[in-house]
Amino acid sequence: MLRSSQPLMGPNRKRCREDEVLLGTVLDEGERGFIIDTRSAQAAKQARMTGGGTEPKSSYPQWRRLHRPLERGRPLQESFIKLVEACNDTLINMDRWLSRLESCRWLSHVKAALSTACLAAQCMDREEASVLVHGAEGTDTTLLVTALAQVILDPSCRTLAGFQGLLEREWIEAGHPFHLRCARSAYSHARLKQEAPLFLLFLDCVWQLSRQFPFSLEFGERLLLTLFDNAYASAYGTFLCNNVKERRVGREVGTALCLCKVKESTHSLWAWLNQPGEKKKYLNPLYSHNALVIWPSVEPQSIQLWQGLFFRWIRSSQYLDEAWAEIQRLVEGN
Amino acid sequence: VENVRLLDRLSSRKAALGTLYLTATHVIFVENVSETRKETWVLHSQISSIEKQATTATGCPLLIRCKNFQVIQLVIPQERDCHDVYISLIRLARPVKYEELYCFSFNPKLDKEEREQGWKLVDLNEEYNRMGIPNNYWQISDINRDYGVCDSYPTELYVPKSATAHIIVGSSKFRSRRRFPALSYYCKDNNASICRSSQPLSGFSARCLEDEQMLQAIRKANPGSDFIYVVDTRPKLNAMANRAAGKGYENEDNYSNIKFQFIGIENIHVMRNSLQKMLEVCELKSPSMSDFLWGLENSGWLKHIKAIMDAGIFIAKAVAEEGVSVLVHCSDGWDRTAQVCSVASLLLDPYYRTMKGFMVLVEKDWVSFGHKFNHRYGNLDGDPKEISPVMDQFIECVWQLMEQFPCAFEFNERFLIHIQHHIYSCQFGNFLCNSQKERRELKIQERTYSLWAHLWKNRANYLNPLYRSDHGQTQGTLRPQMAPCNFLYKFWSGMYNRFEKGLHPRQSVTDYLMAVKEETQQLEEELEVLGERLANLQKSQLNDDKVKSKQQDRSKQLGLSTSDNSLANTPQEYSNDLKSFPSRSPSQGDEEDSALILTQDNLKSSDPDLSANSDQESGVEDLSCRSPSGGGCLPSEDSGKDSDEAVYLAV
Repeated sequence: MLRSSQPLMGPNRKRCREDEVLLGTVLDEGERGFIIDTRSAQAAKQARMTGGGTEPKSSYPQWRRLHRPLERGRPLQESFIKLVEACNDTLINMDRWLSRLESCRWLSHVKAALSTACLAAQCMDREEASVLVHGAEGTDTTLLVTALAQVILDPSCRTLAGFQGLLEREWIEAGHPFHLRCARSAYSHARLKQEAPLFLLFLDCVWQLSRQFPFSLEFGERLLLTLFDNAYASAYGTFLCNNVKERRVGREVGTALCLCKVKESTHSLWAWLNQPGEKKKYLNPLYSHNALVIWPSVEPQSIQLWQGLFFRWIRSSQYLDEAWAEIQRLVEGN
Repeated sequence: VENVRLLDRLSSRKAALGTLYLTATHVIFVENVSETRKETWVLHSQISSIEKQATTATGCPLLIRCKNFQVIQLVIPQERDCHDVYISLIRLARPVKYEELYCFSFNPKLDKEEREQGWKLVDLNEEYNRMGIPNNYWQISDINRDYGVCDSYPTELYVPKSATAHIIVGSSKFRSRRRFPALSYYCKDNNASICRSSQPLSGFSARCLEDEQMLQAIRKANPGSDFIYVVDTRPKLNAMANRAAGKGYENEDNYSNIKFQFIGIENIHVMRNSLQKMLEVCELKSPSMSDFLWGLENSGWLKHIKAIMDAGIFIAKAVAEEGVSVLVHCSDGWDRTAQVCSVASLLLDPYYRTMKGFMVLVEKDWVSFGHKFNHRYGNLDGDPKEISPVMDQFIECVWQLMEQFPCAFEFNERFLIHIQHHIYSCQFGNFLCNSQKERRELKIQERTYSLWAHLWKNRANYLNPLYRSDHGQTQGTLRPQMAPCNFLYKFWSGMYNRFEKGLHPRQSVTDYLMAVKEETQQLEEELEVLGERLANLQKSQLNDDKVKSKQQDRSKQLGLSTSDNSLANTPQEYSNDLKSFPSRSPSQGDEEDSALILTQDNLKSSDPDLSANSDQESGVEDLSCRSPSGGGCLPSEDSGKDSDEAVYLAV
């Protein structure tokens, strides 16, 4: 599975030999690959006007392009804000709740993300074909798809250590701009242009997987909530800045250059999480290594609202916590 | 009929070819594949509707919808055969006499005494004694011993001490269907009670002294409070409309010391339509999230569930927190009243959250108090306007509570699903007829078997591993969050999509934890035995004493073996938004992508379609040992642990 950003075709349909050769080397003679473009065919076409574009079949003959539009940017942030508002609305009648939930579109985004990741996984596992995933920038929906596909395909990504590694690789080092995307969250009136909850969407999808495959993830909901918290505000440096360069070299803040030197100046979230005393809080007592691919159902009935996150401060989790404690007790007793 | 195809609901291309059989009690489809000969059994009594669809090139489609939400789509090659099957099923699914029902031919090979014992498992007198009755405030009344006062009530009822025979009879004449106020639940901690009745025949201005005295008697039976709540579970408009027909509700001016309250649960017709709409949503092929949420909201189903629950919560609060007695009624006092009283009881008393207690609750508030099973669930062919999913809704309320309080119930989801199944199956005699009187006339207990005994025998399958009687959550009153709590009501896909394996987690957490629990227990017992042996060894001087221990393959026992394929599942179609199916050829142009390229054809179908769940009903591998009147290898819905043969059976 490969990821990139969009090819800079432009309105003149530029070609790039090197790019074509690079993609050509990935595939053997006669083999075919799939390009999953996370923009609609329309949007991808329009991107040419601003210098972007798609891979034309004639230049990349072995690659089959599929468009699976995934929401990102402002609309996704709006979706998130609307959902949080709906969840906090104490006056809403049962009559209207579901349509209100629907109008937020958040669950539709979860369904689309999971479906696309499954498609990528299917290409690899069932078709035994290579996959290239990209959107426009390659830093948002692209990473959502590649990271999720790996959780689906690869049992090692479902272990606690493996999942952390996945996050480091596919989100942090891959350059998802956390600083811009996870700025103020849903309550802020600031409505920053660059803010969007892609990472939360990813965590929500992982939560859906944990619900559908209760034995297959080594970690539980608590880890996902902790990651959500730390992406927005953290005592640790793991989610700081927007990319590796900024973390090492620094970034311009106003007119001054801010030397981040994250590794020298901050502590790692992973180091803290992996301490034996902490670690056990994040483990799933039901975990049992599952060597197979996990294929989630993306039917609407199978996708649920992540109550643990969206109602975290609204309703008590006491009874569910007690249930998990009992599960823990039963498993440990054994 | 041979060469019949059974279609998969989600993928019409995945069809099984086999033979269709019609027996006196079942429709059976047996797949031609010789290794598995997978069978699908459907009881005639489960059939809700049969639809003959337009003949296509491939044959004549027949759609069978069942009351337990199974949907079977068959394609019969010859139109003539299809028509014959259709006509036969119509007749078979609409029995005219009770004797046609399965329960009269079902034979679990038990002797007469065992059958009797089965019926004695639930004893309502014992239950009222457990509540603390009779006592200073409540007594048993045999005024209805010959069903002379009310023919839909049981022969034994509990009434306030100060309610004389005269008062009871007078009150019964002032109540719809003579269903006078009688005790449903008594809280011995504070003497508050839940009583139930039907609506008073008050019209606009009628009064009845005895009925007013009856309510006074209920109030006096609770010295801790100087008033009672009267809860009318109907919407105010409906109740008011009833007044024009000479019925209505209690006027606070006429009945001293009552506080009147409307709750607003809709009637049986609204509920029937609501379920219908929801099932239509379930039948959508590859709906979007929007389609689903809009459809679900449009049906109003969860709104109704919440309304019933809210009513139960109100009553439970009145009893537990305020110590005030409540009289509940609707129109006839056998639908919404039953729902609301039993939900309230479940919230109040942890006993009803045990398996045995739940059976007792159903026997008390549904069976003995004359819920019209025959009319509501169509044992016999009758007026379609009487059909309504009343008990289904109650069962769902229980499930919603189980989701909110996972440790509070001794039984699990499967228990509820099987009970729902048997409301319609007519395999046992508990849910037949419209009243205790009718059941006694038909001698149901001498001619059929009790569901409770059957479930009790298999109770190991129905336990909730998280239940511990000493746990905080399982004790005392349950207090569900009142508001905001719309989100707490979930769509119950385990029930309404019960037969769609692809929708459910492949592995059952419940079964796994039960196995863990069992194993722990066994290990502890072994440890004890070994400990004793060791002690003996140390005492004795003999050295040829061998210590044996049972070798157990742990992973197999716990049902989680990662070396075999039991966890494998198959991907569904992830390009659901595309209408075209199958794919177009790969030589499509650049911009085209809308072809569904991953069709079932080019997907490897190597993963066996297995389920480690035991929510499926198991089948019997060999058809030859089956006979319509039962017999040795009778299929049962309980032994679904056979993960290799995921057979759908509605028995």
